[in-house]
Amino acid sequence: MTLLEARRGSRVRILEIPDDRARAQCIRFGIGEGTVVDWAEPLRVGPVLVRQANQEICLGRNLAGRIMVEEAQPTDECARPCDRDCGLDLRGRGA
Amino acid sequence: MRATDHARPASRAASRPVRAQAPPACHGQVSVLAPEGARRVVLVGNPNVGKSLFFNAFTGLYVDVSNFPGTTVAISSGRMGDDVVLDTPGIYGVSSFNDEEIVARDIVIDADVVLNVVDAVHLERDLFLTLQLIDMGLPLVVALNMVDEATSRGLRVDEMELAALLGVPVVPTVATKRKGFTEAQAALADARVGLSDPVLQDRLAGLLDRVGTRGEALLVLEGDPFIAERHGVEPLGMRDEIYLGRRQRVNAIVSRVVERSGGGLDLRTRLGHALLRPLTGIPVLAVVLFIMYEFIGVFVAQTVVGFTEGTIMQGYVEPLIRQAVSAVVGSTGVLYQLLAGDFGVLTLSTTYIFGLLLPLVIGFYLMMSLLEDSGYLPRIAALTDRMMTVVGLNGRAIIPMILGFGCITMATITTRILGNDRERKIATALMAFAIPCSAQLGVITGLLAGAGGLSLTVAYGAIMVVIFGVLGVLMARFVPGESTDLLIDLPPLRLPRPMNVLTKTYRKTIMFLREVGLYFVVGSLLLGVLQVTGALVAAQTWLAPLTENWLLLPRQTSTAFIMGFVRRDFGAAGLYSLGLSGTDVLVALVTITLFVPCIASVLVITKERGKSFAAFVWVGSVVLAFLFGGILAHVAGWLA
Repeated sequence: MTLLEARRGSRVRILEIPDDRARAQCIRFGIGEGTVVDWAEPLRVGPVLVRQANQEICLGRNLAGRIMVEEAQPTDECARPCDRDCGLDLRGRGA
Repeated sequence: MRATDHARPASRAASRPVRAQAPPACHGQVSVLAPEGARRVVLVGNPNVGKSLFFNAFTGLYVDVSNFPGTTVAISSGRMGDDVVLDTPGIYGVSSFNDEEIVARDIVIDADVVLNVVDAVHLERDLFLTLQLIDMGLPLVVALNMVDEATSRGLRVDEMELAALLGVPVVPTVATKRKGFTEAQAALADARVGLSDPVLQDRLAGLLDRVGTRGEALLVLEGDPFIAERHGVEPLGMRDEIYLGRRQRVNAIVSRVVERSGGGLDLRTRLGHALLRPLTGIPVLAVVLFIMYEFIGVFVAQTVVGFTEGTIMQGYVEPLIRQAVSAVVGSTGVLYQLLAGDFGVLTLSTTYIFGLLLPLVIGFYLMMSLLEDSGYLPRIAALTDRMMTVVGLNGRAIIPMILGFGCITMATITTRILGNDRERKIATALMAFAIPCSAQLGVITGLLAGAGGLSLTVAYGAIMVVIFGVLGVLMARFVPGESTDLLIDLPPLRLPRPMNVLTKTYRKTIMFLREVGLYFVVGSLLLGVLQVTGALVAAQTWLAPLTENWLLLPRQTSTAFIMGFVRRDFGAAGLYSLGLSGTDVLVALVTITLFVPCIASVLVITKERGKSFAAFVWVGSVVLAFLFGGILAHVAGWLA
């Protein structure tokens, strides 16, 4: 389904953003392909509101209608961390 | 709110220039803003993170605000000891998606030290820019701002861990309470090139022999067409891969350094949502617009302008100017007419700019700054987005539209924030045709009140809304190209800081005077020439039959129309003396609203959109004014 068809308040996983600029801008905002957003809400007579962590963005209906999403599983993590060695020393720190 | 415009559709691999005319960018541009030899400290951050508070604290009162060469983006610079501090526009990433990014990019590339201000509440978003700056190889200090707000929202950020993972100093700050400024300033001496992605750095190393710096090499790799052209290389379309890798690193860092407690949405977030939902949002918007109208339309436009225009300018300043001019050139010749006559350069334009426009422009910018700093403006954009798409625009266009009720000239300049040229054209034309500016509105409401009160006012409003809609739909259909979609970040609702609002208003007002002041002067000079040569009278005579036979109005009304070209309010004011009533008033007002925009705005439209577009708007407005005015007159005649 598209983001425009998401249920109000549902958690959805973003599958595809078929637009160069929008994709880049969304990644900057924290929402990339593969990201699970906490809250999607197609506003009545308005754009689609998407919330992930503390970040909220609004996407016009046209754009939202081209973004493919799927309902997320309750166990799905919100954001995907590095899937290869990306130079971060995450061993044994903090925690 | 910042531009997040994007062209569509485009293939994944292709990266292409996003603006037809890129500012002529080259190395060393920043030297215009900073003297040779001084260390350049550049402030970088996302919009609304409190960057300007750092800038003000570092540089004090003596700040220079200037246009970045070749662009229309204002840049503040100031001294901090021997260093020069440069403020950059708020951006979410470094590239060339819009003017702000292009300017920030060119200043950042030449930076000696970067102070990156990040919002502790939105690290997922802000650290993307931080990591990009680190990937660019710039000596960096991170100011972790709004730590108090993060705490109150149940977020704990481990700044030691953050500093270790980024490889740069991290200073916690609360800029609104002036906490951490000294520490941030001191940390600049320890600025470091942080820890970047090793795979990415290998790739960059391969480019360094062809492209000057690591920063520029990164931008070429990310497919920035302008930087690539500057170095005579092809932009490499690796943006997706690099951005995704960077996003994953940000997520890994955030999951390590941010601890969340408490759940659910806080009151502020819920309120933010309520403002977006039509059922609650529209009534709130109506109240906000009403308050704006009371403040600008009633208080500023009537009380303040009455004093500045009537008492000060016409009462004292103009007589003084006339006296002085007649003492030098006599009070009869052509020169006197041009300098101090009815449309005198020294009299008319001075009164217009300082007596009438200045108070209104300040009023509008004050309101807009309040809306912007409170975080409400992006929500208005979201709320009006659907409506705006009908006329081929998106919600962001609400900003120039609101400003248009203040001054079309000012609003035309603001159309620069729109996504592409098609949207700028549609918005410019719609405002020039169908939105009455505040100068005109004052007279229009006066006339309506005098002639028939509420029913006539409602009729006028309804007719103008319909005309706006019809023209918008037609332009959305016929102006070539495709409009961009709304894609904006919603900042949290915050109480605006009075000092910040005033500073913003001041800077925008100064920019307005600098950018368009001249056009009002040139405009009145042109009119003076038209008057002296008798062209104005000729135009009135030429229009008279059309007015009488087609609009079914008295001949003299044509004088009012021609005067509308001078100043839109002169035109409407000219109707006062004619004693029109009922439908005649309606026909005259609709015609005069649609009729040509004032000469200063025509000049600015020419400058911003080109000669042929300005000619289209000008001729179009004459045709539309008489077309709709005539139809209305005849329909009203049949109904009566």
